[in-house]
Amino acid sequence: MDLSFTQEDEAFRAEVRAFLQDKLPARLSDKVRKGQRLTKADMEEWHAILNARGWLANHWPVEWGGTGWSVMQRFIFETEVALAHAPRIVPFGLSMLAPVLIKYGSEAQKKHWLPRILDGTDWWCQGYSEPGAGSDLAALKTSAVREGDHYVVNGQKTWTTLGQYADMIFCLVRTDNKGKKQEGISFLLIDMKTPGIEVRPIKLLDGDYEVNEVFFTDVRVPVENLVGEENKGWTYAKYLLTYERTNIAGVGASMAAFERLKQVAATQRRNGRPLAQDPQFAARLARLEIDLENMKTTNLRVLAAAGAGHAPMAESSMLKIRGTEIRQQISDLMRRAAGVHAQPFVTEALEEGFNGPAVGPDFAAPAASHYFNYRKLSIFGGSNEVQREIISKAILEL
Amino acid sequence: MDFSLGEDRQMLVDTLGRFLAGNFDWKTRETVIETAEGWSRPVWAQLAELGVIGALFDEASGGFGGSAFDIGVVFAEVGKALAVGPFLGTLLAGRALAATGETALLEQAIAGEVTLSAALDSDAAQGVADGEGWALTGTQPVVPFAASADRIVVAARTGEGPSLFLIEKGAPGIEIRDYPLIDGGAAGELMLDGAAATLLGQAGEAGAIIEEAVAAGLVALCWEAVAIMDSLKVQTLEYLRTRKQFGVAIGKFQALQHRMATLALEIEQARSSAINAADRFAKGRLEREKAVSAAKFTIGRVGSLAAEEAIQMHGGIGMTWELPLSHYAKRLVMIGHQLGDEDMHLERFIALGQDALATAS
Repeated sequence: MDLSFTQEDEAFRAEVRAFLQDKLPARLSDKVRKGQRLTKADMEEWHAILNARGWLANHWPVEWGGTGWSVMQRFIFETEVALAHAPRIVPFGLSMLAPVLIKYGSEAQKKHWLPRILDGTDWWCQGYSEPGAGSDLAALKTSAVREGDHYVVNGQKTWTTLGQYADMIFCLVRTDNKGKKQEGISFLLIDMKTPGIEVRPIKLLDGDYEVNEVFFTDVRVPVENLVGEENKGWTYAKYLLTYERTNIAGVGASMAAFERLKQVAATQRRNGRPLAQDPQFAARLARLEIDLENMKTTNLRVLAAAGAGHAPMAESSMLKIRGTEIRQQISDLMRRAAGVHAQPFVTEALEEGFNGPAVGPDFAAPAASHYFNYRKLSIFGGSNEVQREIISKAILEL
Repeated sequence: MDFSLGEDRQMLVDTLGRFLAGNFDWKTRETVIETAEGWSRPVWAQLAELGVIGALFDEASGGFGGSAFDIGVVFAEVGKALAVGPFLGTLLAGRALAATGETALLEQAIAGEVTLSAALDSDAAQGVADGEGWALTGTQPVVPFAASADRIVVAARTGEGPSLFLIEKGAPGIEIRDYPLIDGGAAGELMLDGAAATLLGQAGEAGAIIEEAVAAGLVALCWEAVAIMDSLKVQTLEYLRTRKQFGVAIGKFQALQHRMATLALEIEQARSSAINAADRFAKGRLEREKAVSAAKFTIGRVGSLAAEEAIQMHGGIGMTWELPLSHYAKRLVMIGHQLGDEDMHLERFIALGQDALATAS
């Protein structure tokens, strides 16, 4: 056994670090470090910088603009980017739709849509969940009825993340009501400017607008926007779930957040001493650090197996559960570290360029908001209970 | 990055696994743990012949392995078979003997000719110079297979600081109150009253040697524990698939499925912690000690979870002496009580982190 990275991997890490040093705007990393809210322009700016280097769609096949990186290189990239406090790559077009198009789309669809994802022409959002179809996604009801060379779509999607910015939405729609519920689903690409689409924001518990409801009333979608075959959409949707995800555990993001937490614990005082020396807080911090170290190695074990050709499927579920638990716990300790100053809700302090006086310690402003916002981690992407179902069926064979 | 064991180590694992399956099966274990000594000398002699004991030590000390991963895989097989014998005592004493240049005695132990044990709590005894030799006084608790050991490496405090000594079976001033252990095997309270002892190495300089030997012991226990967790998981899954209640296999109930999924996830974390401990073993004191304490904490936490869940999901049958599962559960929980428990290692991990900060600033 040898847990060290190869020389090539270390050279690659150095190349990524040099790039980040050189190209990641301090304005953006500063906002991410402070936990301030990113605008659409912020995210687009970072995408463009990565795209200029050819690293935006690093996991795509080389012929469509990918990099040909190994699983380990992708992991290193994702980790370094997070440690440098870069904005996260918005996944909807790049990591969710593109793999489906590349595997199941027509040549014409690939040629048309993939370059537009790369250069930012289209901002995509995901139309999966519905009010009656969350964990039980196949229960979805939004219908698409073929009329000539169009589908007519009626229904409602919800929890559509950043849908307010989107030019396009990829949707799971019902095209058949006979047979098993999984068998009548199709995968449609819909222009958000089509008449009959209405986007309504959902205000979340932290006061932010991040998700939306999307309503469809007699929305006409050209049939060439069907991906793959009619009624085979469930296969494509499932492909997304098994699509090799090298960083579902969010190791880099957790490492960056934990470093920040340690700095806070070293300086923030309670009962006349730093939190890091408060026995209760120190114990919470140490448990978290140990869990994180263990998860890092578990993640590397899964990646090493993936590099050797073993597709991680249910292992991803374990990483999703523990990874989200750890990120939630970090935000939980940040909130606790803020003490009474977790309470003030000064939303201006979450916007870029806020120069007003901080209420309490500077890390406190977003602490409670993040903690509440991060409740989502164990709910989305297949709730942690759904992940336990997958582990139970696929690994434990119960 | 490579998580495979490598060819030589895999061969050791296969040989040892086959040997224990054939020569230390469950029936044998049941008989052995009821004997006065609590272990099998013939089996131990064969293990020595196979080179299993030598795998715990490097070539300079007369062995042919000695890396943390070598230690880990041997103890994983011990865990898998729930083997009883002076494995840990031999490892601890042997590492101390190797570090103090006592390779002749260690070679005899590797050959299976001499049985070793170790009592490494230097605060539990005092040593004073006594003519040519030393005299030890104090009580070392729960010394593994103390009554069977020909030689015991004993830590004691002297005027110079923590020191290591060797005592011989039957020497004056030694009394052993021996007893069986709840998880099989035997141990004893080692009561020293001016016991004649030979100094190992330099007086007052044993602190680092003891720490390294205990770290090797912690790696061993962690790998043993993970193997036991795996075994508990397999046995419990088998039971969930076959035991029927309310007309279905109980593994069909979501309440149990989710608990098993959580347990499986935690066992993978425990495995990662044991791998980390072995990986950091040769990387400098602070890294090594943080990793072994992190691992022992994790193994303690997940170990009691695994033992409790395995018994609970088996229901009444899990409570019986007859079912091997209960013995695996007992061993796993008792590993938590050896060489420092979960709480002690968490506190130690915190203290080591603060040491690191103090050194950095």
